[in-house]
Amino acid sequence: MIYKGKQKIWSDYQKEIPDDHWFYARSCIRQNFFPASEKYFLEIGRNVLGRDICDTEHHTTCGGIAYHSDVIPQETAMTIVARQFALMTEMGYRNLVASCITSFGNYTEILETWREFPELEARIREHLWKSCRREFEKPEYLAHASDLMYKWRNDIAERAQYRLVNKDTGEPLDIVEHIGCHYSKMFPHKGVGGAEYPCVLSGMVESWGGRIVDYPERRHCCGFGFRQYLVKANRGYSVSNTYKKFESMEPFHPDGIITNCPGCPYFLDRWQYVIAEQTGKTYGRDGFGIPVFTYEELAGLVLGINPWDLGLQLHQTAVEPLLDKMGVAYVPADKYLGLNREDLLRPELPSVLKCF
Amino acid sequence: MKEKVLIIGGGIAGMEAARQLQALGCSPLLVEKEHGLGGHVARWHKLFPDMLSAESLVTELEAGLSGVTVYRHTEVKSINRLKDSYSVKLSNGENLVVRAVLLATGFRLFEAAKKEEYGYGVYDHVVTNADLEAWMNGFPDERMPEAPRAVGFVHCVGSRDIKAGNSQCSKVCCMTAVKQAIEMRERYPQAEVYCFYMDLRLFGKKYEDFYIGAQRDFGIHFIRGRVSEVGETIDGRVQVKAEDTLLGKPVKVILDLLVLMSGMVCNPSASALAPQLRLEIDSDGFLRSRDNVAGILESGRPGIFYAGACTGTKTVPETLAEARAAALRIYQYLQA
Repeated sequence: MIYKGKQKIWSDYQKEIPDDHWFYARSCIRQNFFPASEKYFLEIGRNVLGRDICDTEHHTTCGGIAYHSDVIPQETAMTIVARQFALMTEMGYRNLVASCITSFGNYTEILETWREFPELEARIREHLWKSCRREFEKPEYLAHASDLMYKWRNDIAERAQYRLVNKDTGEPLDIVEHIGCHYSKMFPHKGVGGAEYPCVLSGMVESWGGRIVDYPERRHCCGFGFRQYLVKANRGYSVSNTYKKFESMEPFHPDGIITNCPGCPYFLDRWQYVIAEQTGKTYGRDGFGIPVFTYEELAGLVLGINPWDLGLQLHQTAVEPLLDKMGVAYVPADKYLGLNREDLLRPELPSVLKCF
Repeated sequence: MKEKVLIIGGGIAGMEAARQLQALGCSPLLVEKEHGLGGHVARWHKLFPDMLSAESLVTELEAGLSGVTVYRHTEVKSINRLKDSYSVKLSNGENLVVRAVLLATGFRLFEAAKKEEYGYGVYDHVVTNADLEAWMNGFPDERMPEAPRAVGFVHCVGSRDIKAGNSQCSKVCCMTAVKQAIEMRERYPQAEVYCFYMDLRLFGKKYEDFYIGAQRDFGIHFIRGRVSEVGETIDGRVQVKAEDTLLGKPVKVILDLLVLMSGMVCNPSASALAPQLRLEIDSDGFLRSRDNVAGILESGRPGIFYAGACTGTKTVPETLAEARAAALRIYQYLQA
């Protein structure tokens, strides 16, 4: 691998990201899958780094999943997005940051479509006015939340309580990055680092002391692929894609996986259990899997936030192997305690994949 | 007094035209921006379909330049039309007045790194067709594996590719890939060799025989399908994913070396000269000829002529034939 070659490509795909004043558009599924990730994006942005981020309860789904599943036409998705823009405008913001990769791809695709076909934008403005009497300005800057975390990566590194370094050997931890397909595969110039060698996540990992693993199936889909999973009969295809990725990364013995999409961490995490049940195979050491994290979770760990406050007990694949390598302090007995130390009850443990 | 003709470009077209003009009694002045003559061919190893030594061709052409004024390491800084001639300022400070100008500026190889998915400049064992020829000519290249077990060739890199900004076929890459595949198989008989192609354009004399021989005698695998992505395995080998469109199946192979057949694009120095001479650029980025049937050598401007790959992709024999025809056409122009 010629690192300088990647750096040259990264220099061609830099993206202007304003440092402050963002309107936050949440994901419709992340709060169910990884409930603390969005909370800690806001917590880190607002309270640790002092940035202004607007979070409103009035916004809705962006319609991206329905659009990519062919359930709604694009004009419907556009009108939903136009309403999000109207909320942003009404609240006095010009920069929109999306929590979800598919939302980011959806917003990007819609803005590019309107740029090519202004008459369509005019029609959507009319639809929005007729349906809810709202008007909007288009965002001046559009970013994915991982773009902001990338921009803040060195600020986070300065405040780090832990680093992505093996506490026993002093060696950098080997981290696999997985970028959501809708981040930059459609519009390479809209992502940090482009489509083939994005550096939005690898930049975070390197700033926080880790080492990126570039393995042959790095670009391959996580297995979600919308209809691969949403159509029940296709789910074998979904898991086979995930299997292909794990087989490809296995020889590199990664210590963890970082992702920036709602679906990817879910499928890379949950399908490890299914693969273990089906084939008897696990990909971590001693019967464990490879822990999978959102970028907010990894940032939270680096900043010293309690892993159970970050919601890591909701992962199927045990995260403790990585916590132990980093030397993160945690209380195993607190894993299944919720707010106010409420007992969340212990899940049934899988028969093959080792979990706590 | 002999009429002076400026030839811009010391590749095979410029050399052959200079030789012919000299023989016709003109005074050719050959300008080459590099020290060596012969252009791309000087860096090539063997030429298809007869496996002729490229070096011997360049040596033969250079031997014919006796008496021709050659400016090496020199570029044309500016060029202006006078009443029936051109005033030329060279980068060495010399000023010339010439009756006619022949553009033989050739082509530039497409920058393979622009096709990011193929990993040129990122993965350790990905090279271009030009890199392979240089290595065959004895230039060491650390990207070349010692005893490859599998080698792949990707056709049409930057050719017939609207996304890359080049819709034209580069014409020579199919045959170059077949030639290089055979050469690699001859050097490494144990290696499996794969060619990933869109379709094979083997139009010239003996080309089809060459291709059949590559399959029949050398066992080279031809896979019809574009490569979608390239990755690197833990031991530094190259993983290639493609679709075999004849079988309708995705294919994945692990290679020790991947060769990208970089296509031809217009030489930027020709594009830079064009506005000074009010020459038109064609939709493919090459210089536009008066027409593409009987006027390929003509620029449409008095006293300005073309030869070789400055007007489009050409093979070596086509380039040499055009150079001879251009010399004759210039001679006729000077006589008129």
